[in-house]
Amino acid sequence: MLNIAVYLAFALVAAAFALSCWRLLVGPSAPDRILALDTLYINAIALLVLLGIHLSSALYFEAALLIALMGFVGTVALCKYLLRGDIIE
Amino acid sequence: MLDLLLSFLILAGAAFTFIGSLGLARLGDFYTRLHGPTKATTLGVGSLLIASALYFSTRGEGVSLHEVLVTLFLFITAPVSAHLLSKAALHLELRSLASPPREGGEAAPAQPPGLRQ
Repeated sequence: MLNIAVYLAFALVAAAFALSCWRLLVGPSAPDRILALDTLYINAIALLVLLGIHLSSALYFEAALLIALMGFVGTVALCKYLLRGDIIE
Repeated sequence: MLDLLLSFLILAGAAFTFIGSLGLARLGDFYTRLHGPTKATTLGVGSLLIASALYFSTRGEGVSLHEVLVTLFLFITAPVSAHLLSKAALHLELRSLASPPREGGEAAPAQPPGLRQ
């Protein structure tokens, strides 16, 4: 039963990836695209956690933690650039 | 019993992740779009991480606490990035779906500066 649930969850998260990519391509303004990138890295964390459950391997948490860290830094840097026209003042 | 709980948590997490992205793709303007992925972060990834912690804690190798780290980090950073994104959107004067407040009314609040309609 767990297997079926994990496969369904994979399908849902893949659909979420597709929708976020669509917004990344279409998004009329720059903050929309940044928000789409933010959502994409959160979807990637969800996918990695699911993969860890599916393969019964605890190896993927480090990757998830790294993606969370780098994604947050990237979002903050891009927002800062839009706000101030510069990242490090 | 544990399988049932785990399946429920995994499906709920994946469903919320999907709904968050659906909101991102479908909603009308940036300020409403910002609302969708926040649910994906807190409820979606949160319940997926709870499911993962339960799964790895019940395999007989001791309690698994990696997930708590990821959850904590995500829950701290999500409001910060949402705040910065909305500040950037206000700075760029993005169009909002909400109509601006009426001018001249007694109780009408002041016009926010520089919000293009």
